[in-house]
Amino acid sequence: MNKKKTSLLALPYGLWMAGFIAIPLFMVFCYGLTDRSGTFTLANVLAIATPEHRKALVLSLLLSAVSTFLCLLIAFPLALILRGRRIGRGSFILFVFILPMWMNFLLRTMAWQTLLEKNGVINALLGILGLPALSIINTPAAIVLGMVYNFLPFMVLPVYNTLAKIDDNVINAARDLGAGPFQTLIRILLPLSVPGIISGITMVFIPALTTFVISNLLGGSKILLIGNVIEQEFTRGSNWNLGAGLSMVLMIFILISMTFVAKYDKNGEGTAL
Amino acid sequence: MHPSLIDLVHISKSFDGELVLDDLNLSVRENSFVTLLGPSGCGKTTTLRIIGGFERPDAGSVIFNGENITDMPPNRRQLNTVFQKYALFSHMNIAENIAFGLKIKGKSKDYIQDKIQYALKLVNLSGFENRSVDSLSGGQQQRIAIARAIVNEPKLLLLDEPLGALDLKLRQDMQYELIRLKNELGITFIYVTHDQEEALTMSDTIVVMNQGYIQQMGTPEQIYNEPENAFVADFIGESNIVDGTMLHDELVEIFGAKFACVDKGFGVNKPVDVVIRPEDIDLVKPSEGTLTGIVTHLIFKGVHYEMEVTTPNGYEWLVHSTDMFPVGQEVGIHVDPFDIQIMNKPESEDEEAVGVNE
Repeated sequence: MNKKKTSLLALPYGLWMAGFIAIPLFMVFCYGLTDRSGTFTLANVLAIATPEHRKALVLSLLLSAVSTFLCLLIAFPLALILRGRRIGRGSFILFVFILPMWMNFLLRTMAWQTLLEKNGVINALLGILGLPALSIINTPAAIVLGMVYNFLPFMVLPVYNTLAKIDDNVINAARDLGAGPFQTLIRILLPLSVPGIISGITMVFIPALTTFVISNLLGGSKILLIGNVIEQEFTRGSNWNLGAGLSMVLMIFILISMTFVAKYDKNGEGTAL
Repeated sequence: MHPSLIDLVHISKSFDGELVLDDLNLSVRENSFVTLLGPSGCGKTTTLRIIGGFERPDAGSVIFNGENITDMPPNRRQLNTVFQKYALFSHMNIAENIAFGLKIKGKSKDYIQDKIQYALKLVNLSGFENRSVDSLSGGQQQRIAIARAIVNEPKLLLLDEPLGALDLKLRQDMQYELIRLKNELGITFIYVTHDQEEALTMSDTIVVMNQGYIQQMGTPEQIYNEPENAFVADFIGESNIVDGTMLHDELVEIFGAKFACVDKGFGVNKPVDVVIRPEDIDLVKPSEGTLTGIVTHLIFKGVHYEMEVTTPNGYEWLVHSTDMFPVGQEVGIHVDPFDIQIMNKPESEDEEAVGVNE
């Protein structure tokens, strides 16, 4: 096959890219940088500086950061345990962790709503045990819980991937040279899994930063994340220009975290999903 | 006589119900170069890992310098290992790799610097301090792995097939390098390999292992010239192993012909295994040979010709000779008495299992 014919094979993908990535992105920029009458303005982008938008952005960054940190805190020990298992058993545990991902995202989050409600399953159980009821629903804590629950697999997989690739003898060598289990963890396992950790951080942080479903369902309508603000501008407020402008701001934050990954994960090791 | 540095006492180990080491006893003298030699699965690497502390034996004990270290974790053992495929730390540069053990032990910066320089000089890689692991060739990585181990001044260095991943020329260079290092440092080496030539070149003592048993332990000369059983004879170099009958002391009958030998004490008319190395067979005129045969195969090998000589009973003798005899020529086979090695036939099935039949 000659070169021309081969490149023709890329045509469907090229069309897809143009139709569903390039054009929408272009439209976001068009809307974001114009006002309703179609004249150029930066007002939509700068609108992020208004107190309510700034508050939503800061809260989003904070909750995403906390969720990402919690995911890492859970995922790293888990990945370490998985690494120590024989291949067959390790992948079974991994399978159990990935299993919820096969269910619909909305359904899973709504399930948490039912669990956490004032008269929900958890409080009913606590009542039976004579313990005081929890009021987590509609708080930032509930949103963080939802984020950690939904995005944990995206942290576990890349971290496990990099840890699993470390040769047993590298760990044995560290032990042989006098390092105890803790020293081996700090000096060998942690540094060697940095690409996976970085990739896990972005894979949790970006969706957490942009989510509006989790905050809608578990935060009530009281807690507004930047995702909710943007969603409302498109649906209820029907100010597409402002929504697009705020999306562009969010894109900048995502671009920053992507550069971060590109810097630490040169070989694409952590992203081998 | 040096005292023994490490003793393995009645060591047994099995994995998933499969016995890998069966009541192994081994004593290694200080300042010796001991090679554990055997085919894959013979238990040699497991033995090394037990000494290193990476496996715990099911039974038996490891005595190091008079102290029982069977349950001691690897980081507290006064010995170091050079791993197969080097196992360098890829997130550190060369100097950091070498300094790893010393930093853990809390040595001073100056001391560590001196040691890095010394170790790099010893392995002929001075100036490589700031290079990354990935930028080094296999041979260079192996030298760094050795440097990383020896800066800790271990009493005992364990080497697990360290040259296995290198090409032939480099492997030979590294063999001489290792002998030089051992002599300069005065450290005891325990070396694991499946390469018999490597074992013969470097060791003071070779321990031939198969299926969890020590088959024979001795100097390279003893192992090569006086193999104790058919497995050792077959594993170390090429050999002709034939059935014979020990008629009486110093006379053995092979295929109906009587050969003078130097072995005694086997009894009278006792069936035995006879080992004759291919280079020890002299091809002579048919009238002068103890046995006669026809040359059926001839290959030029460079240093010598490799021939097969088939005797009337159908046995094909492997012969190495610098003299060439063409295919089809009738020749006589002559063997000097001291080149004939007599071995008892395996008595039990257990012994048979470790023989050449695998």
